Amino acid sequence: MELKEKLVSSFLAFENKGNIDLDSTVHAIRLNAIHNFETAGFPTKKDEEWKYTSLNPLLKNDYSLFPNAEKSVGFKNVEAYLINDIESYTLIFVDGVFNSFLSETTHEDCDVCVLSSALARPKYKMVVDNYLNKIANKNNSLAELNTAFVKEGAFINIPKNTIVSKPIQIINFSTGSEKEVLLQPRNLVVVGENSHVQIIERHQNLSKNTTLTNSVTEIFVHKRAIVDYYKIQNDTNESSLIDSTFISQKQQSVATVNTFSFGGKITRNNLEFYHEGENITSNLNGISILNEKQHVDNHTLVDHKSPNCESHELYKGIYADKSVGVFNGKVIVRQAAQKTNAFQQNNSILIDDGATINSKPQLEIFADDVKCSHGCTIGQLDESALFYMQSRGIPVKEAKALLLYAFGNDVVEKIKIPQLKSLISKLIAKKLNVQLGFEL
Amino acid sequence: MLKINNLHANINGKEILRGINLEIKAGEVHAIMGPNGSGKSTLASVIAGKEEFEVSEGTVELNGEDLSDFAPEVRAHKGVFLSFQYPIEIPGVTVTNFIKTAINETRKAKGMGELPAKEMLQMIREKADLLEIDRKFLSRSLNEGFSGGEKKRNEIFQMAMLEPQLAILDETDSGLDIDALKVVANGVNKLKSEKNAVLLITHYQRLLDYIVPDFVHVLYNGKIVKSGGKELAYELEEKGYDWLK
Repeated sequence: MELKEKLVSSFLAFENKGNIDLDSTVHAIRLNAIHNFETAGFPTKKDEEWKYTSLNPLLKNDYSLFPNAEKSVGFKNVEAYLINDIESYTLIFVDGVFNSFLSETTHEDCDVCVLSSALARPKYKMVVDNYLNKIANKNNSLAELNTAFVKEGAFINIPKNTIVSKPIQIINFSTGSEKEVLLQPRNLVVVGENSHVQIIERHQNLSKNTTLTNSVTEIFVHKRAIVDYYKIQNDTNESSLIDSTFISQKQQSVATVNTFSFGGKITRNNLEFYHEGENITSNLNGISILNEKQHVDNHTLVDHKSPNCESHELYKGIYADKSVGVFNGKVIVRQAAQKTNAFQQNNSILIDDGATINSKPQLEIFADDVKCSHGCTIGQLDESALFYMQSRGIPVKEAKALLLYAFGNDVVEKIKIPQLKSLISKLIAKKLNVQLGFEL
Repeated sequence: MLKINNLHANINGKEILRGINLEIKAGEVHAIMGPNGSGKSTLASVIAGKEEFEVSEGTVELNGEDLSDFAPEVRAHKGVFLSFQYPIEIPGVTVTNFIKTAINETRKAKGMGELPAKEMLQMIREKADLLEIDRKFLSRSLNEGFSGGEKKRNEIFQMAMLEPQLAILDETDSGLDIDALKVVANGVNKLKSEKNAVLLITHYQRLLDYIVPDFVHVLYNGKIVKSGGKELAYELEEKGYDWLK
């Protein structure tokens, strides 16, 4: 059976099995979504938005949709993937199931808990009704697929005037208890007026089996709120990720998403910002460092609808071996969005002849009093810089790594959590296969 | 220390060095002068091992060892230092981190452990003071946004840190005002000893007022056409290069 048919035919069973007492809104959302998915199906390369990324290699697998046998996972199995040297809230999911033993939730000043309980409890009905599936793009059939099976993920609800003192780590592990597994985490983040939260999200396969994760995150950023969101994508070569993140921002809010892609077989990031008010700032930063046959596709959208807002986008990529990078950065400045400042930059280095980058800046500007710029460079390592470093005794391998480090540095510099910055530096050094005597 | 025998080098088949012979002994300062395009910078690059240039004939020996097959970093480990005419900007790597990496890689190549952080810091401070370099300067990205003078001063700072046997200074005086030139020259003079040697490459005699050479060579069209003492520099300053053609 094809994956699409399998999913559609599993839907009823999934709905009936849901013994949690869901209210009818969620059922209606799911039902609508499965219809949309059934109509649209999986995107193909004929679809303009999927021109450079084919899902075919992923769709032929016989995924287990509801892995039942949860392998027992202890702290020592997952320790390496957590940032341990800081106080944090942690939401750990193992094969799609929340692991309360490894997690640290809270309901004190804010809610950092799981979506399944939020969906089931009357206390959160208002939040769910107001926000769930409100900004997920209905033209994104994979997001619709996720919505059809919406059940579990992070639920982060920050009331107004709250600075969340500790970062929140959301980590989705797969254990390989089944040969091929499809996971569909769903995160809902609502940040009230004047509040601030930092979130780190990671997906990690602990086995050599195949995992496909189709993740959706909706983030609502209210007036003057600040959200810093970090995505660590450093999974095994048997793991693929389709991540769709939708962000709605109210006036004077600042939302930043930093995406670090160092691993995984196929990674597709759909990152969309929607402005609903004036004086909004959106920051989108990313580094991809890929080798072998890894493939990362960053599709971003910033939809400027109101005046006096700004967006800053910086994506860098280093591609070795036969890896493939895609950057498609769309910026829409609608007629009402006068005095918009929108900047976009995509810089890539191709290390080997077999590596590919497809870079596509896309600016649609309908307002006349705006500042918009985009820049795209694709290059190789600077030979004269290499010689300069070698002439000071730095061997060519380390010299290359240092140059690549330096190339990615302005994105690393944007990380506001020192321990995370140090982790990312280490991941980069590991990816470049060098030991440098310092951290940038 | 350095012995160059009948050195021929070309870039993409275009011959630039056409049979250079030069011997530099420990404790000596040599200056190479010559008009634009005579091959001065090429000679410096070839000694340092730049791969763009193909050596078709001849050898470069350091302490009796032929350098031909060694990569630039290996030459550096053996004691060759090239101060660049146009130092490269490396955004994102601070002066301190760069020099630390260079020193520790050199030590690693010699089978030594890393220099303890405290000693490194002390050495950095000492050498920075020698070249009148502001401490703040050390945490800036290497050469990025540096003025011409700052770049050159930074080159000599690196040389002071690496303590090479043979320092080749390629047009170190260009882009320097007279005060900066004095600081740089003073640094070089203080680092000079009986155990090391300096090869100055310059257009003008000006630098040689401050770093006094034992020998001056005139490079013209890929060959050394005349050698002499420091007085040769004054003669060139007065007469230009035409009389040598």
